[in-house]
Amino acid sequence: MALLTRTDLRQALVTGLWFMFLTFPLLVIKVDPVERTVLWRWVNLLWVGGASCGAALAVRLWLAWRAARQERIRLGLAPAATIDPFRLLRQRRVALPLLVGGALFLLVFPALFSTYQINIMTTALMYVVLGLGLNIVVGVAGLLDLGYVAFYAVGAYSYGLLHLHFGLGFWTVLPIGGLLGALFGILLGFPVLRLRGDYLAIVTLGFGEIIRLILENWSEFSRGPSGIANIARPGLFGIELSLEAAIVYLYYLMIGMVLGTVFVVNRLQNSRIGRAWYALREDEIACQAMGIDKTRTKLTAFALGATWAGMAGVFFAAKTTFINPASFTFLESAIILCIVVLGGMGSIIGVVVAALILILLPEYLRAVADFRMLAFGAILVVMMIVRPQGIVPTVHRTYALNR
Amino acid sequence: MKGLLSGMASLAESTLPDESVALLTQRMEPLLIVNGLVMDFGGIRALDHLDLCIHQGEIVALIGPNGAGKTTFFNCLTGLYAPTGGELLFTPDGKPPRRLNGLKPNRITEQGLARTFQNIRLFPNMTVLENVMIGRHCRTQATVLGAIFRPPATVREEKATVGTSLALLERIGLADQADELAKNLPYGAQRRLEIARALATEPRLLLLDEPAAGMNPQETLELETLITSIRDDGLAILLIEHDMKLVMRLSDHIFVMDYGRKIAEGTPEEVRHNPAVIKAYLGEEAGYA
Repeated sequence: MALLTRTDLRQALVTGLWFMFLTFPLLVIKVDPVERTVLWRWVNLLWVGGASCGAALAVRLWLAWRAARQERIRLGLAPAATIDPFRLLRQRRVALPLLVGGALFLLVFPALFSTYQINIMTTALMYVVLGLGLNIVVGVAGLLDLGYVAFYAVGAYSYGLLHLHFGLGFWTVLPIGGLLGALFGILLGFPVLRLRGDYLAIVTLGFGEIIRLILENWSEFSRGPSGIANIARPGLFGIELSLEAAIVYLYYLMIGMVLGTVFVVNRLQNSRIGRAWYALREDEIACQAMGIDKTRTKLTAFALGATWAGMAGVFFAAKTTFINPASFTFLESAIILCIVVLGGMGSIIGVVVAALILILLPEYLRAVADFRMLAFGAILVVMMIVRPQGIVPTVHRTYALNR
Repeated sequence: MKGLLSGMASLAESTLPDESVALLTQRMEPLLIVNGLVMDFGGIRALDHLDLCIHQGEIVALIGPNGAGKTTFFNCLTGLYAPTGGELLFTPDGKPPRRLNGLKPNRITEQGLARTFQNIRLFPNMTVLENVMIGRHCRTQATVLGAIFRPPATVREEKATVGTSLALLERIGLADQADELAKNLPYGAQRRLEIARALATEPRLLLLDEPAAGMNPQETLELETLITSIRDDGLAILLIEHDMKLVMRLSDHIFVMDYGRKIAEGTPEEVRHNPAVIKAYLGEEAGYA
């Protein structure tokens, strides 16, 4: 307890009082409009005060402990080498069994769990692809894109509409969706070439909304808010699949898609183009002065990022067999952005882990349905305080082998 | 200028073999010609009809009081600003002269000009090696498809990039820290890394904006050796510097600027005794004293 000063105690107390004040209208007063009575639940106030005061104390204690520890390390009283679980993950003998285990689990997953669970998993995998795509734009090239969902919508609607009007199948549209995504990426890229930071975020946010509003209001083109129904599930060499089989099939396709994405994105990041993206994120002026074409580099980042969203959109349309503009709101963009930031900007493993956590967690938190989003928000806040560099920070490639 | 020329020629005739004579005459080819360069920011004229000329294999210094327009000149030259008027002509390796006005910065770097920055602009969160590898970007070709499928040509190119970059790090004595993040390097090393990154673009003319700023005497000495060795490779160097001892020791030719104009030029000796220069640096009173 010597770690805590009086200031800490006082501030924890203030935190408790503050929370009591904030939650007072919601948790204490209960108005019954029928009976015309007001119920005062004072016990709740005590609970809130006690819990928040305790939590604040715990956080302060932890911070103080960490500071003391760092001080000891600095003075050489304690060994600096803490075992970082993520460093451990990078060692082959730890990583390999984990990887094999994970792969096996994913492979037998459909056999072990219900259709509902498989569906959730497929969705989570879809967000992995989306996260990896946005990771190119935001994490690697440092271009804050808040309208990423627009490309997802482009992909989904390209499948929906091409299927509706021309009867094109999933496999034909998958590359078309990717290409259309890239095209729209370039379309967005051109006007925002000169923008950076906040301004870029605002314009991309607007772009996302424009696409959604067009889909919502241009009924002759997109059938408006009523959406497009009866989109075909992916075919397997013309074999009719039962609903369950189709879901399992899509699950495996999605796994293939994730593997492909990880492979391509990884190679892109460790290439001449990827380095140029990193440089662009670090310092735009120096980047140009070192002979990198800013325009081209930005456009490739936008286009390649959007490609994945386009393809994920095709998958989405094939999975739900029904699409309407309500699926492509800003909230989706925000979630995908959360995945990238939470996972660690530019880190592939981080994005995969974060996507699985962020999508699966709310599903399994349905038990505490009312507090689901509250818990979700709290986790995000805590994450940003405790580990601002993301779950798995980027590791820079070392070229020791080539020496 | 004329005295220097004849002096060098006589030196060459008396002591040096024939190839060196050829080298000396080649050095006298103009590499960069600046004609009446004007740069206006609104109503302020930052550069006022600046003329200068840099030859191959020369170390040229650009000096002048703070705010004289030296860095503005660098920015015009490297395409960060589009000059209001005048002409920038670059003649690398006997090719026909190329106008640099209005080219984008990356195109200018491709032509063979590379620079460092007054306040270091490395890529702080990339490794030392990666910083240098970025410099190779404009001399390599790998495309998106190449990056994904890694055909042998791309693999070879990537290996060459790493090799060249490591060799450059070796040269500036940072090979041991190749995998360190650039932001973790000490100040002097960061300055040298900026030079290595610029060299990686294979320039004919290297522009150094206050390379010795904030360096201790030991680091300055190392820098001097490095700059001389770069010159000996046949590159021309234009440097802005406030460390007068360094400038006087290194430079073949010095241009002095004040209020956006060139007020003097010549050998270090000539510039040192030029009354206009003394006036610009020490003020009117001191000039008379």
